[in-house]
This record gives sequence, structure tokens and C-alpha cells, in this order.
Amino acid sequence: MSALAVHEAAPAAGTAPGTARRPPLRRRIALVPTVTLLLGAVYTLLPVAWVVIASTKSGHELFSTFTFLPGTGFTDNIKDLDAYRGGVYWTWMGNSALYAGLGAVLSTAVSAFSGYALATYRFRGRETMFNVLLAGVLMPPVILAIPQYLLLAKADLTDSYLSVLLPQILSPYGVYLARIYASAAVPADVVEAGRMDGASEWRIFTRIALPMMIPGMVTVFLFQFVAIWNNFLLPYIMLSDDEKFPLTLGLYTLLEQGANTPALYTLVITGAFLAVLPLIALFLVIQRFWSLDLLSGAVKS
Amino acid sequence: MSSPTSRRGYGVKAAPYTFLLPATILFALFFALPIGYAVWLSFRKVHVSGLGLGSGARQEVWAGFENYRAAFQDSELLHGALRVLGYGCIVVPVMLGLALLFALMLDSEKVRLAPFTRLAIFLPYAIPGVVAALLWGFLYLPDVSPFYFVLDRLGLPQPDLLDGGPLYLALSNIAVWGGTGFNMIVIYTSLRSIPAEVYEAARLDGATPLQIALRIKIPMVAPSLVLTFFFSIIATLQVFNEPTTLKPLTNSVNTTWSPLMKVYQDAFGRNDMYSAAAEATLIAVVTLLLSFGFLRASNRRDKRAVSQGGAR
Repeated sequence: MSALAVHEAAPAAGTAPGTARRPPLRRRIALVPTVTLLLGAVYTLLPVAWVVIASTKSGHELFSTFTFLPGTGFTDNIKDLDAYRGGVYWTWMGNSALYAGLGAVLSTAVSAFSGYALATYRFRGRETMFNVLLAGVLMPPVILAIPQYLLLAKADLTDSYLSVLLPQILSPYGVYLARIYASAAVPADVVEAGRMDGASEWRIFTRIALPMMIPGMVTVFLFQFVAIWNNFLLPYIMLSDDEKFPLTLGLYTLLEQGANTPALYTLVITGAFLAVLPLIALFLVIQRFWSLDLLSGAVKS
Repeated sequence: MSSPTSRRGYGVKAAPYTFLLPATILFALFFALPIGYAVWLSFRKVHVSGLGLGSGARQEVWAGFENYRAAFQDSELLHGALRVLGYGCIVVPVMLGLALLFALMLDSEKVRLAPFTRLAIFLPYAIPGVVAALLWGFLYLPDVSPFYFVLDRLGLPQPDLLDGGPLYLALSNIAVWGGTGFNMIVIYTSLRSIPAEVYEAARLDGATPLQIALRIKIPMVAPSLVLTFFFSIIATLQVFNEPTTLKPLTNSVNTTWSPLMKVYQDAFGRNDMYSAAAEATLIAVVTLLLSFGFLRASNRRDKRAVSQGGAR
């Protein structure tokens, strides 16, 4: 927890340089930056606001009333969504949580092992391994997903939970972040001191290094959680049984059916609204103890 | 004390490889093997003998560069690449321009509501591309869109956003909306790693905030601009989700709109894995060449680039 607090405090120090010696005459708000940022926020929040309001409208209201006027059909929309194909929407949401939650935990573990090894040991082939892993970032996902599908088909694993879970565990970006955090957060002399005390390498990692790497690992977890939750292509290629669909794929199939039947629009809209809620909530909660800046690999030493 | 030095030495030597074992296995199974398999398939084709009936009538045979030749001559693939090029020419400058602008504004003094606006602009990062495309897709539909409502009331012409030239803008807007926040955070992080003393001197010399931004801040965050530019280009080349999601809403997005959609269509729509593999390999090679060319060019320009700034 103490490491978390350090990371939380660090960004605050840089936000307002020279606050104390500001001349009183110019103590007004910087208008141009504030207005520019507010316009940006309006732009990004507009579709979100729209979906919140649109999800309250009944099918009839959606086409007849002004867009930003709340409707009266919210509970009915939820009921309709709940009734759609025996509540398959909630299955999708559960699947997304499973893929993203379990996948991100496993991915964070693999990233932590690899990042720690790459940061603290000097060994033959270290840079080669790192570079080869990083090259994975450059591979277009479709190009990986199609042969992955064919190979998993040979192992009779397509259209299964594993087919979506397994290919997403190794994240080149996660390994990259973990390496940066490990080299910044785990001092070499601490590892050496552990060795002098006769601790095994595994024990040094779990008892000494891992606690120091936690803020970075929270970042890797979040990054992977969002990446898997948002992934569309891999399940699109791997799955055909809609009981195993994640939300993204489920909503897509709903839209595909609904495009020609405006009656289904409200279903799609309500589904989209409920789909963005968990991630927005996650970010708002996590914001309190985690800095966004860590996502870009920023490390305060 | 408890373990002899020689055993400990061995443990230390073996440890990194043990720690890297899970990543290595996963890399071999889900990166190396599929890539190798795709390359292998790209040199194969199905030879049909007779009417193509019976068990031995369809045989996989060596095709040499035939699939590649076909891919190079495929006008639809070329058109897809050109469409994505046009799309990228809008997305990358607009998205990075906005990201830089917002980052500079966040970094300026006496700005109000910065934490709120920062989070709001970052928010789309948490929204799946499919959902983003879906939300904007509805906002582009005349029947439900507030924009059309306003245009209608004002008696202005109402363009069809899901067709022709405007379609590029409509698709670009989705990417800009989704990507600006993340890039803003990357640039902003590196802005904040600039020591305050650097500005002090400039301020004493009477430099305006605009001059400070143009002459000091932007050059100092150049490495992170290079990085975001690089990743934006790669992401643009791989566009798939957004046009696929908009497809049900309009006839102007066909199944082969972007090169990756074409690959998907060949693989699963036409069931021609061999052509798809050749096209996929071709796209991967182009991506890698672009990446390495770009990295080399930017390294040559500024050797310090890699170590500078919060983000690489």
C-alpha cells in the first residue's frame, strides 16, 4: 500500500509548478485552456450522454421525440433485453467478465514473471527474447487470429472458452510495461541482499520484488482487462455458439439483426448502455488510487 | 549459509529462463506457430481433380508464389489499401493534433476542471470499439440523430454521413473519438516530466505561453509524439472493428472495405485460406517494413529519443 501512495502523490507534485509566487493580478482562470478542454469533454461525453438518454426511450419515442429528451421506457427496455432469447444478454456480460477477469489475471502473472526476469537478471539472449516478444505488438490481430483459428480447429478447441482465453494471455505490451516497472521499482541491491540471506530466487520474487511491483501490475491488469473486454475480432473468428459470446460480439449480432428491424434498435441501445457501465464504473473507482499516467509507462523513481 | 554457493549460482543462472518459460511457451504456441502456419499456407493451394467429388479429389499442393501474385493483382485489396490510406490521412493528424492540444492545455497554468476533463477525454478508451462504432452509427442515422434534428430545424441541408466522402469522415471520427484520450495521456505524461526550471528561464526572458509551448514543450515531447505517431499508424493499418460494425447500417461499407476485412472475407466468406494467408502475410510484411523503416529514421534523427520522456 505504501508503494501505491507514493505513486499517487507523485503526479500531484508536478501539476502546479510555481503556485506560490503567482502575481495576484493574473489570478484569473486561464480561459483558453479551460474552454478547449471543456469542448473536448463535451465531444467525448456526447455519445455517452446520448446512449444514456436513448436507453430510456421506448421504441416509439426513439423516433418521435427530440434526441436529448428523456423517455419513459427504461424499465420496459431492460425487461425486453432480459427477455431477449431467454436472457442471453446477461450470459454475454458474464462471459465478458470471465474472459476479461481471468484473462487479465493470467496475463498479469505472465507479464510479471517475464518483466521481472528481463529487468533483474543478466543472461544470454535477454535482449533477443525481449525484442522478439515486442515484435508481437506489430502483428496485425487478424493475421494471428486466422491461423490461430485453424490450429485450434485441429486441436478441436474452436468455439470454446479456451479459444478466446488462451491467445490473449501473452501480452507483449504487458511484458514491456512490467519490465519498465520492475527495473524502476526493484533495486538490484535488494535482490542481492535477499540472495545473501539465502532466499531462493522464487522467494525473492514473491516476497520482495512482487510487492514492489504492485502499482505497475495493477496497470498491466487494467490494460489487459480493457483490451480483452473490448476485443471483438478474436471471439468473432473463434466462436459460433452465442452462449459463449462476449458482450462486444453479442451486441454486434444484435445490431446485425436489428439493422433492418427498427423495433430492435431500443434493444441494441439499451444493451450498449449497459455494456459501457461496468468499464466506466471500473475507471471511476480505480481513479481514486491509481494514476492514468502509469498506462503510458511513466515511472517516477 | 543454507545452500552451497555452487547450487545457488546454478539457481540464479536458471531462474530467468524459468520465469520466462510461460511467456516462451505461449509465444511459441500463439504467435510463432500461427505465423509460421500462415506463411506455410500462403504457399499452398487446393488442387481439384475431376469434379471435385470424392475423398481424394481435393488435394493441397504446393503453389509457389501464385497466391502472392494473385494478391498483388487483386484490385479489391489495392482499393482497400487506398481506402485505409485515405482514412489514415484523416485519423492520424487529427487525433494526434487534438491529443497534443489537450495535453498542452492540461499542462498550462491556472487551468480549471483539469481532472474532470482529463478523465472525460480519456473515457472512450474504456469503451469497446464495437460499442463506439455502434453509438456513433446511431448518431449518424437521420432518424435518431440530434445533429439531423438541429439541421432540420435550421433548414440546412442534411448530408448522408454513411455514404461516399462523408463516410471517411464518419469512420475517422469514431477512431479519433476513441484514440485521442490515450494519446493525450502519453503526451501529457511526458510533458510533466520536463523540469520546471526549463520554463523559468524562458518566462524570465518574457516568453509567452504560446512561445513556450511551441519552442520548448513540443520539441521536448517529440519522442512521445514519434511513439504515438508510430502506434497510430499501425492501428490505422489494422482497422477492422469500426467498419465491420457500421456495415449493417449502410450499404457503402462492403465486406472488403479494409485490407483486413478482405482477409477475413477470403478466409471465412469464401473459405479460401490460402489466398487469405498470402494477403495476411503481405500485410504483415508491409507493416514490419514500415515499422522498422520508421524506427530507423526516427533513431537516426534523434539518438536520445528512446531514453527521453516518460513514455517510449
